[in-house]
Amino acid sequence: MTLLLNGAPQDVAAKTLADALAELGFGGRIVATAVNGDFVPARKRAETALSEGDRIEIVAPMQGG
Amino acid sequence: MASFYGFEPDNPLFLGTAQYPSPAILAEAVKRSGAEVVTVSLRRESSGGAGQAFWALIRELGVKVLPNTAGCHTVKEAVTTAQMAREVFGTDWIKLEVIGEDDTLRPDVIALVEAARILTDDGFKVFPYTTEDLVVGGRLLDAGCEVLMPWGAPIGSGRGLNNPYGLRSMRQHFPDVPLVVDAGIGLPSHAAQAMEMGYDGILLNTAVAKAGDPAAMAEAFALAIRAGRQAFAAQPIEARDMAAPSTPVMGKAFLA
Repeated sequence: MTLLLNGAPQDVAAKTLADALAELGFGGRIVATAVNGDFVPARKRAETALSEGDRIEIVAPMQGG
Repeated sequence: MASFYGFEPDNPLFLGTAQYPSPAILAEAVKRSGAEVVTVSLRRESSGGAGQAFWALIRELGVKVLPNTAGCHTVKEAVTTAQMAREVFGTDWIKLEVIGEDDTLRPDVIALVEAARILTDDGFKVFPYTTEDLVVGGRLLDAGCEVLMPWGAPIGSGRGLNNPYGLRSMRQHFPDVPLVVDAGIGLPSHAAQAMEMGYDGILLNTAVAKAGDPAAMAEAFALAIRAGRQAFAAQPIEARDMAAPSTPVMGKAFLA
């Protein structure tokens, strides 16, 4: 299916958020996730099923003021 | 010494981590400033993993982090960002920004109060970026905030304290609330001015990061903050309009 990953279309085979993160190379990284604007805690990624067109945000620590 | 949700820093400088010429200069500036808290953000992670390297650098510095919700314009965005920050950074501290107007980055204080209530109810320790408005300040305290962070001037403007009267009023109106001037500071003298008024801390970024020598400027700010705080504790004199001779008048030789 095609997701909108950090604003860009992305095809994945994964069916869950946890699998999508692993498939896209984010496994093991310190990131936080949101699906369609709602925060998904790390412990719930494995049980979070994805659907065609879902908006996935993957964020990480960055410089800030 | 002010307590920020139980944390009592010797040096009440909250230093931003953005816009430095290099990671090494950022690290040097944090060290020279003596800051015990630095602000950080969350942004979309690149495939190259830039965020991972940044986070490793900050952890090496051994300082507390205060994540922000910079760039958020709605309650929903700010709350979601705060939730993500809590998980990534492992802290319940959040510098809550809800921007209401893009030219001045003025906070949307209505949305700010609403977001603050949601977050404090959820266990966050909220540091709200607000204006010097006393009523809004009161609402933020009602919402559970235990710190207020009025702006000095628009973020990144370097204008200093645009409304000294308003900031002084805020200090007098909330004598027991930890108050931090956040944003708009350009020079160490601006920071000293706020501390001389009795403010409890200064949050700044651009004035250090964009200086010609960020590390030296970071130290200059630390010195100014220390001087201003000591001056406030030493109870400054009141200004007056006319001169008052300091040298004794009595005993002056008659030489005319």
